[in-house]
Amino acid sequence: MTFSADLDRRFREAAAAEGLLDVGFDVVESPIGPLLVAATDRGLARIFFDAEPELHLDRLARAYGPRVLRSAHLVDAAHRQLDEYFAGERSVFALDVDLRGAAPFAQQVLGELARVPYGQTTTYGTLATKVGAPRAARAVGTVMNRNPIPIVLPCHRVVGASGSLTGYAGGLDVKERLLRLEGALL
Amino acid sequence: MEAVAIPPFERFYVEHRDVVLGFLRKRMGREAAEDAFQETFLRALRGYDRLEHGEHLRSWVLTIAARLAIDASRRARPAANELPELPVEDGRPAYAQIEHLAGGLPPTERAALVLRYAYDLSYDDIAVALDSTPEAARQAASSGVRRLRAQGGPTHDLLS
Repeated sequence: MTFSADLDRRFREAAAAEGLLDVGFDVVESPIGPLLVAATDRGLARIFFDAEPELHLDRLARAYGPRVLRSAHLVDAAHRQLDEYFAGERSVFALDVDLRGAAPFAQQVLGELARVPYGQTTTYGTLATKVGAPRAARAVGTVMNRNPIPIVLPCHRVVGASGSLTGYAGGLDVKERLLRLEGALL
Repeated sequence: MEAVAIPPFERFYVEHRDVVLGFLRKRMGREAAEDAFQETFLRALRGYDRLEHGEHLRSWVLTIAARLAIDASRRARPAANELPELPVEDGRPAYAQIEHLAGGLPPTERAALVLRYAYDLSYDDIAVALDSTPEAARQAASSGVRRLRAQGGPTHDLLS
C-alpha cells in the first residue's frame, strides 16, 4: 500500500488550521542550504541550520509540547519573508517571535539585537552596553551562540571588537554570505 | 519501571499512519477511509497532550479509528435494514461499557480485549495493533476475560 501524499498533506493542513499544534515546522530551502523553521501560535520560535527534522523533534516537544507536526501553515509568513530576504527584496522582518524559554537577560539582548539594522554590524561589547551591562560582552556572545532564531534575529551582524567575524552557529562561511548579501562586506 | 515517554506527534503519526489507513480501508472501503483517516488523527491530536504515557499508542489510535468506523457504518445503514442493535445497558453503547469494564486490566490484556470485543477487530488486526502475533493477541484477550470473570465484575453478555 502506498501512502497518499495528498491525504498526508490534507491532514497536516487540517491539524494546523484547527489550531491543534503546540509547534509546527517545515523545511525551507535557501541559498545557504535547507533551514528547519518552527513556529507556535505566538510566532516564529526556531530556525535550525541543520534541517533534518528527526534531530529536532524531541527538543521541540520539550520546549513547546508534544503536538509537534510538520506543516507549512504555521511557518507560512516566515517562509515567505525568508524567501524575500534571500532574494534581496526584504531588509526588515515583520514577524512575531516566541522567545519563551529564553532567560530574561537573553530576551533583553535578543530584543536589542533585533534593532541592529540590515547591512550594518555591531560588536558584542556595544550590545552589552545597550542592555546596560557594559562588562557582559562574553555573556552577550553566549546569547548570540544560542540564538533560537538566527537570520531573523540577526546575530550574523555582531562581530568582534577588531571587526573579525568570530563565530556563527551556521558556520563562518554562512555568516560571511549573509553579510555580503546585505552589502555589509565588500 | 519508568513510563514510556510520549513521542513528538510527528513521529507517532509517521509510525502509525500506514497501519491506520490500511485498517480503515479494510473496514470502510477506500473513499470513506480517507475521511475517517483524517478524523482519526485529528482526534488523536486533540487528546494527545492528555496522554499519561507513550505505551500502546498503536492500539490507542486503532481504537479511535475503529470507533469512527463503527459510527460511520451505523450512520450508513439504511433504517429499513436495521440490524438488531448491539446490547445497550445503562444507556451506553456496548463498546463504551467494555472499555469501562476493562479499565483496570494490565495494558496489553485491556487493549486486546477492548479491540476484540468492543471493536470487533480480528486477531490479525489486533496483532498489528499490539505489535505482536495473532496467537499472543488471542491469549491476551482471553486472559483479560478470565481475569474480569475472576474478579466477579458485571461482565454481562458483552464478552461472549
